[in-house]
Order: sequence, then structure tokens, then C-alpha cells
Amino acid sequence: MPKRRKLSRGVAVVGGGLTKLGLFKDRNCKDFFAEAFAEMVGSVDKGFDPKEIDAVYIGNFSNDFFVNQAHWGPIIADLLGVVPKPVTRTEGACASSALAFREGVLAIASGLYDIVLVGGFEQMSKRTTEEVAEGLAMAASPYEVAAGYTFPGVFGAMATAYFAKYGATREDLFNVTIKSHNNAPLNPKAQFPMTIRDFMNARIDRCRKKGEPVPEWKDEKDFLRDPGANPPVAWPMHLFDCCPISDGASCLLLVAEEIARNFTDDPIYVAGLGQGSGYSLHAKKDLTTYEATKYAAKEAYEMSGLTPKDIQFSEVHDCFSIAEIVHMEDLGFFKPGEAYKAVAEGLSRLDGPMPINTSGGLKTKGHPVGATGVAQLYEVWVQLRGKAGRRQVPKPNLRIGAAHNLGGTGGTCTFTILERR
Amino acid sequence: MEERPFNDTSYEQFLKELRIMGSKCKKCGALALPPRPICISCFGGEMEWVEFKGRGRLAAFTSITVAPPYMAKEGFGRNNPYVVGVVELDEGVKTVARIIGVDAKNPSQIKVGTPLEAEFLERGDGPEKKTILAFKP
Ligand SMILES: [Zn+2]
Repeated sequence: MPKRRKLSRGVAVVGGGLTKLGLFKDRNCKDFFAEAFAEMVGSVDKGFDPKEIDAVYIGNFSNDFFVNQAHWGPIIADLLGVVPKPVTRTEGACASSALAFREGVLAIASGLYDIVLVGGFEQMSKRTTEEVAEGLAMAASPYEVAAGYTFPGVFGAMATAYFAKYGATREDLFNVTIKSHNNAPLNPKAQFPMTIRDFMNARIDRCRKKGEPVPEWKDEKDFLRDPGANPPVAWPMHLFDCCPISDGASCLLLVAEEIARNFTDDPIYVAGLGQGSGYSLHAKKDLTTYEATKYAAKEAYEMSGLTPKDIQFSEVHDCFSIAEIVHMEDLGFFKPGEAYKAVAEGLSRLDGPMPINTSGGLKTKGHPVGATGVAQLYEVWVQLRGKAGRRQVPKPNLRIGAAHNLGGTGGTCTFTILERR
Repeated sequence: MEERPFNDTSYEQFLKELRIMGSKCKKCGALALPPRPICISCFGGEMEWVEFKGRGRLAAFTSITVAPPYMAKEGFGRNNPYVVGVVELDEGVKTVARIIGVDAKNPSQIKVGTPLEAEFLERGDGPEKKTILAFKP
């Protein structure tokens, strides 16, 4: 009989910060983290003294490779002036900072600490696109890489298995891309704050200026079908199925539930969280699900006493368009084989019954690998506090939101449910 | 043969001998490819070698146009994509492998479920020589 996992002490999010995401070659990780930290300090409604931080957990995937520097704990301790407080780095590929968040929650729940800063950062723009691809491939499984797979290739293969099982097609993936890009201009921090229409118009303008023949696309899908506009990367993944290379940092301030109201009258509580692991492609029983996601979700639902129906909106790891669809099913939001139809029907739009990736998702907001997990939770925190501006989920009584983060090709996944009481 | 450890290195050595060798758990009979020292079905640690026939069907695939450096060296890339897949072997386990004899430039015509058989590709010379497991229709 599996025992129900509970936190021994409640944990609340009382502050948060996220940099604008993009490519910033003249700045570095310390600059990014300082920017996110400054926003976080300013966001704590009743103020807060950084001296009170008991410990810091930071997620970073691959600065060892991307900027030739390891051992980031003390660098961040020095930057923030929190020396000699402990700073621990967590690594779970694209889920690195979701692990930092989880470690921070567990540290407070255990009673060891009361105030913990969690966050993450990544700097990918110092390297060429080829080098970044090589760096990211370090997060795939060694068997996949040896066979010649790339990162998008693993997700492409899962897409073909999904198509064969459920009758979906590449056209169904277009709906994910179009939906995410519709949210993007509403997020001032997004790397690509543009709709697909905006991309089409920009391209038409460029052709006009250059005196080249002006392309004519019937609609957004017609644009995405055009290999000139949307070239293949790893069938059926094309450019617009893939998230970009990004720099950025994120952080959240976590405190013990009993002191949360010293920081704000509107704390957002951790209702449940889970983490799972997964096999690589050849050892997966089913190529159309992520066992790591299912396990993480089960843990989080059990801890919170909530069900998928209770989740009012969610950030879902969309490194590639197919990942968003499969995860919507693994998290229980839709039945297996139904998520692609739900996206086509508009159910996951910002104004739909189950908004997915209100931030624009990794596809448009950007994916600074180590910062992403906490960046997703930042979005949920902002939404639950009603401070998401033009992209605010238009539901009365917004109370429960969640974030799902995936590392590598599915080897590490987390699911975290936040709640406004 | 029985003396070799049940690991990735032995798997690769066998490939050089043009054999697809995996492990079978003596306790529960679970198969693994590549071989495993620990059974993931029953956690048993007693294994024996089993040779796979190299026949199966395509369970998933991708045609890669943006190639990593080690594949670009073989001449693959934007104008010369290559296919890798997941093959479900007749014995019931899956393996990831290069798929040859299919039209990588027309991936929409490649069908999941296609019957495949193994072929060994040799690349490089001398100590650098590698044997790669591929499958073709
Ligand atoms: Zn066994």
C-alpha cells in the first residue's frame, strides 16, 4: 500500500522575479540572476531583508559547457551577498530549477529552514547554434545519441508513434504553435512576442523591401506548411515546433506557511508537488506517454487531494509541440488520444476552459534551460495573484494552477500545484 | 562468450562480431537490449546471453535534417537527411537504430508498422572502426 506523501509543514510563495528572455550576448548569468532577484525583492508586498534568507537552491543545466564555469553555488552566494549561507545547485537538464524549487520546499517542510530562495539560470547565447545543440544532446540518453538521434529527433519519433496510434497528423501540431503564439504578445517577457500572423506579415514586408516575390499564404496553417517559412528539423518537427535558444534567470521566495503573512497578505501556497524519472526511448513500454510525468502528477495530486479537473490552468513543458499534447494527456487534463482534438477545438486557449501555457510557453517565451522550471512557476504565481495583465486567465475565482516541467527527453519530470486560499 | 559482463561495452563488442546480443533474466525471463546487469522487472542479478534474430517492425521514426557534428561527418544534413527509428523486435523488446533503405526526403511516406530486418554498418578504420546497428525494410 503506497503511503500518501504529505509535507510536514506548509510552504508559500511570497515573491518572484523573471528576466526578459532572449539572447543577450553582452550580459552573463550573474547579470540575469541579479535582475530576477531585484524584481523578486521588489515583489514582496510587505518588504523583506535578503539577510533573512536561510538557504538558496539554484537550477542550472550546463554552464560547465556553455560558459566553461562550474561550481555556481558560491558564485551566486557572492553575487547576492548571502555568504556564508548554503547555496546548492541542482541539475535535471531542462527541469533543473523545478528540482531547486522542490528542494527548497522540502527544506522548509522538514523544519530546517524558514526562508529559502529558489531559482535558476542559463546562458546559451555564448555558443553557436551547433554547439548549443551538442550541449543539449548531453541531456538526451546515451543510447539515443549513439543511434544518431538529436533532441528534436527524439520528440519527432514520439510524434510519429502518437500519430500512428491516434490518427493525429502534423496539421494538429500547428494548432499548438498557433495557440502559444497567440499568447506571446501578451507577455512582456517573451522572447518572441509575436503571433504567427505577425511572423507572416514580417516576412511579407521583408520580401517587399528586397524586391523579392511576395509569398501568399491563405492562413497561418498555410504558412506553417511552407518549408521555406517553416523548414524541417527532425520530421515531423519543423522550426515552429521547436522552442528557441535563450538566456535568462528566474527566482521565487519560499517561506514557511506560518510566517507567510509577514511578507504578504496574498501568499500562494504549495498544494502538491511530485517528481518522477523515465526510461529512454528503447526501454519505454509506451512511446506515447511519459512515465516520469505520470508519476510526478500522481504524487502531486495525492499530496494535494486534488484531481486534474480541479486544475484551472497550467504551464506544460512544450520544448516541442508534440510534448505539450502528450503531457496534457499524461497530466490527466484530457484522455489519451484526445488532447490534440482539444487543442483544435480551442479548449487550451487563454479564454478556453483549460488554458495551457498562458505565458506563451517555452516556444514563444523562451527556454533558458536551467531557469525554465521556476519561470513556469513564476507564471502560475503571477496568474494566481491576478497580476498577469493582458494575459490574465479570464476566470472568476482563479484559485488553483499548476506547472509541469520536463528534463531531457523525459528522464526527469516534475508537476507542482500552487493554490490561493 | 559467457564470461563477458552484461553491459554496453559487451553489446558493442558483439555488434562488431555482427551479433545482436542482449540479456535474459534467469529468474523471471525478462529480456533486455542492450544487456542489463540488473533486471528491471524483478531486480534479479543473474543473467544469461540471448541472441536476437534482428527482425521487427518500425514503432517510431524521425528524419533528421539538422544533423549533429558526428552525423554531419558522414555527409548528412539539410540536403541529405537520415532516418533513425525505434524498432520493436519480434522477441518483444525495442531498440533505437538507424533506418536505411527508406526515403529520408519523403518522411510522410514512411509508415510505422513497416517490417524491418537488421543490417550492420561499418564506419571508420583500425581502432576507430565502429559497427552500427541499422534496420531496413
Ligand atoms: Zn527478472
